[in-house]
Amino acid sequence: MKRILACALLALAFTPAAAQEKSPFADYQRMTAEGSPVELFELGGEELWKKKQGPNSASLERCDLGQGPGVLKGAYAALPRYFKDVDRVMDLETRLLHCMTTLQGRSAAEAAKRVYGNADSPSEMEYLSAYIAAQSRGTKIAPGRSHPKELAAYELGRKLFFHRAGAWDFSCASCHGEDDKRIRMSELPVLSKPEFARPVMATWPAYRVSNSQFKTMQWRINDCYRQMRMPEPVFGSEATVAMNMFLTATAQGETYRGPGTKR
Amino acid sequence: MNRLLLLPIAAALVSCAATAPAPAGGRPKVGAADLDQVTAVLRRDFHERGQAKMSRVELDEVQRTCNLHGDNPPPEVAKRIEDAQLKTIRFPAGSLIGNWKAGEKLAQNGRGAMWSDKPGDGGGSCYNCHQISPQETSHGTLGPSLLGFGKKRGNGPDMQRYAYGKIYNAKAYNACSQMPRMGHSGTLDEQEIKDLVGLLLDPESPVNK
Repeated sequence: MKRILACALLALAFTPAAAQEKSPFADYQRMTAEGSPVELFELGGEELWKKKQGPNSASLERCDLGQGPGVLKGAYAALPRYFKDVDRVMDLETRLLHCMTTLQGRSAAEAAKRVYGNADSPSEMEYLSAYIAAQSRGTKIAPGRSHPKELAAYELGRKLFFHRAGAWDFSCASCHGEDDKRIRMSELPVLSKPEFARPVMATWPAYRVSNSQFKTMQWRINDCYRQMRMPEPVFGSEATVAMNMFLTATAQGETYRGPGTKR
Repeated sequence: MNRLLLLPIAAALVSCAATAPAPAGGRPKVGAADLDQVTAVLRRDFHERGQAKMSRVELDEVQRTCNLHGDNPPPEVAKRIEDAQLKTIRFPAGSLIGNWKAGEKLAQNGRGAMWSDKPGDGGGSCYNCHQISPQETSHGTLGPSLLGFGKKRGNGPDMQRYAYGKIYNAKAYNACSQMPRMGHSGTLDEQEIKDLVGLLLDPESPVNK
């Protein structure tokens, strides 16, 4: 405990001023976090995790998220990572789709049919991601960083982050590349820098107050590409996992404290 | 200074560092092979949706060059791009100052060219990045403030041409500008760009009050 405290204090001491809570919106963000319905999504996710579904009438309780079958504690904070059984790097959502097909016997198309929900009817993926991410609260973010495919995913994600393309010539860095910038009144974190990536990645997935919806990290990446005027990334594709790997690795070492509540 | 006092701090630093050396994450130096790799990944992992066709992942000369040079090409390369991009601009004859009120609406409108937008629908997204009229305080800061644009620069034919051209194709004036090419990309048409020029240059526009 003392060591954690000392590390936290030291980390704080070395955090540049830009990343500190100087924002006039900090109070608003704190207030929205109180009274957030995140807990309800966690409960809904637990139910779905244990629910027998698909042709095999099986639950997801034996799903291996990287820490062994059924182990949820700290699993989210260690993703994305390489999975030997599929010989590829997966993030939480990708791995869940895999478990739905292998354990529950569902087709890939059926499992991925409705990954984004809405305010009236959240998706299975959103509930599950809330429940599973919550089991990593207090765990340090530490994605896989040793297997060659994990390193390759990181490098691909980094290239994608700075790659300008599309109808409006945007890369991720067009908006998330310079300190202290805003779109309208929204502050833009420079996600290629650890001090900005840390608080962001420590609080996704998240409940969004503005549209009363719980959103996954895969959705967050998808919606950025929509606003970048690009075509749509395929859910769980290598490109999206690589992007997630780059962002998560940049935030590594931060204590996970989500699911968060956002504007 | 008491050495004993510093020891535990040093030890704590070492133990923290051992758990998590976060990568630097900066912009990688990329070559043609990297661009080909990324484009191949985009072709494979993205799909068209609505008006966002797959042709959008293919790089044109501007995008390719700016990616290769980290948005900072050598002056002669930048000049070559700017000259070529200037030729893409179709300047209408006559006054380029349109209706500033219509321009203000377009500047406010953040939609356009996304897969969620109807083709031809939307605006210039100008306030996303720029301060423009003083009444609108909810403006972004990615681009420079345009407050008082016409008052400071005048509104003669040359300035009209510059404002129109800059909105039509920003890369004609700054090869790797972060500003989208609103006319060249087909996002805004001639009348819409004229209305935005009106917002910037008309003495009656709130921008110049």
